[in-house]
Amino acid sequence: MVMGESVHTVTTMPTARQSGCPFDPPAELIDARRHGPISRYTFPGGKPGWLITGYDLVRSVLADSRFSSRKELMRHHPTIDYGDFEVPPAPPGEFLLMDEPQHSRYRKPLMGKFTVRRMRLLSERIEQITADHLDAMEKTGPPTDLVTAYAKPIPAVIICELLGVPYQDRGSFQEQVDSFMNGETSDEDLMAAYTATQNYLAELVAAKRANPTDDVLSDLTDSDLTDEELKGIALILLAAGLDTTANMLALGTFALLRNPEQLAALRADPALIDGAVEELLRYLSVAKTFMRTALEDVELGGRTIKSGSPVILSYNTANRDPERFADPHVLDLGRQQGGHLAFGHGIHQCLGQQLARVEMRVAFRALIERFPTLRLAVPAEEVGLRSETADIYGVKSMPVTWDKEES
Amino acid sequence: MSPARLSVDRERCIGAGMCALTAPEVFDQDPDDGRVLLLQAEPPAAHRAAAQMAARVCPSGSITFHKPEPNGSWGVSAK
Repeated sequence: MVMGESVHTVTTMPTARQSGCPFDPPAELIDARRHGPISRYTFPGGKPGWLITGYDLVRSVLADSRFSSRKELMRHHPTIDYGDFEVPPAPPGEFLLMDEPQHSRYRKPLMGKFTVRRMRLLSERIEQITADHLDAMEKTGPPTDLVTAYAKPIPAVIICELLGVPYQDRGSFQEQVDSFMNGETSDEDLMAAYTATQNYLAELVAAKRANPTDDVLSDLTDSDLTDEELKGIALILLAAGLDTTANMLALGTFALLRNPEQLAALRADPALIDGAVEELLRYLSVAKTFMRTALEDVELGGRTIKSGSPVILSYNTANRDPERFADPHVLDLGRQQGGHLAFGHGIHQCLGQQLARVEMRVAFRALIERFPTLRLAVPAEEVGLRSETADIYGVKSMPVTWDKEES
Repeated sequence: MSPARLSVDRERCIGAGMCALTAPEVFDQDPDDGRVLLLQAEPPAAHRAAAQMAARVCPSGSITFHKPEPNGSWGVSAK
């Protein structure tokens, strides 16, 4: 790119995807990337900033400590005009929205809890949980909503067990978390759900401190973290663990059903599953965008990002960058190129990614093995998709059916 | 040809586990703190490509892959 050459400008984030393309990033964002990896972006209220859509640049910003994750600096939302509203710093423990050294204070004690090895040890338990849910689906019979019968409850049971949320509390807790993740909740209901969750987690932390059990939250009470900090940690771990994998499972199944030759290949060769999960992560990139703020003037892609400028990072277009991934819009479960950005990059890369991988490997395989004739029970265009305004993309509900005699 | 050589920076490591996932013969994670453990600083040819990939995908840039230079010195080519 030549300095001074006019830069593509995007003035608003798209609110919808192209009809008939539920798995592809909005056409406007794909178009922006075609013009170059970096575009100017006009934030609501007129604040100028940047939208980064190319793989290499997204990755380099994520690895660069001159771009901050601090919540109080993110005064400009891609779609909401905050006006002069001061954004408060992240509450204690919510380390996703902090820089070093605060971030490390919280991530460090958690790192040993989510290792590849430790998460693999959970495989058997995850197999049991998925089998229980498949049994229940079989018992009720088709058609059924895959989201409520399978995609949501499985990661919920697992993250709750891991962290130590008692079984009887799961239902109400999940409802609250749903309401802040679905992108459709009114401000008033949002506030109520947030308060209820905060109160619930405060009680839970107090209970773990009084009577530690065998779980991550109890383990953390044996550190110098305060109750307030533990509450913040619990909130982000639960919210992350509940919503992301659930959306990957449902949307991933949708994508497999719409790519029957790929699904057949996976059925024929279960050893494909590890690569299949990586490819679904790349192809779907349900965590679509994240924000950073420049802490100083930074040269990037031939442009100067001024100190204080807000930057939108588009993970889903980065993961569809043809300069990084050949035929990026094709779902190819045998794809060999690694290095997708679905879990991010840099110091904030997803802490729970190894858990998510094990969950997906087990749950996709178990589902397609149990129901070889699994298919949508409605036309594909009637599957309810989340709005682009939701932080995490996915399907709201997805009726599926199967031939009963086989099971 | 002299083998490739790896080094790790445990202080930078954020315990994402990408190395242990990508090249399990070469890297593991400390069971207590989750940080990288280098199992083989000079991996055999069979594991070299995986080790190089692990260096490339490491989110915190904690792994350095030193390639032997023709003159016998160690070059750095992690990225």
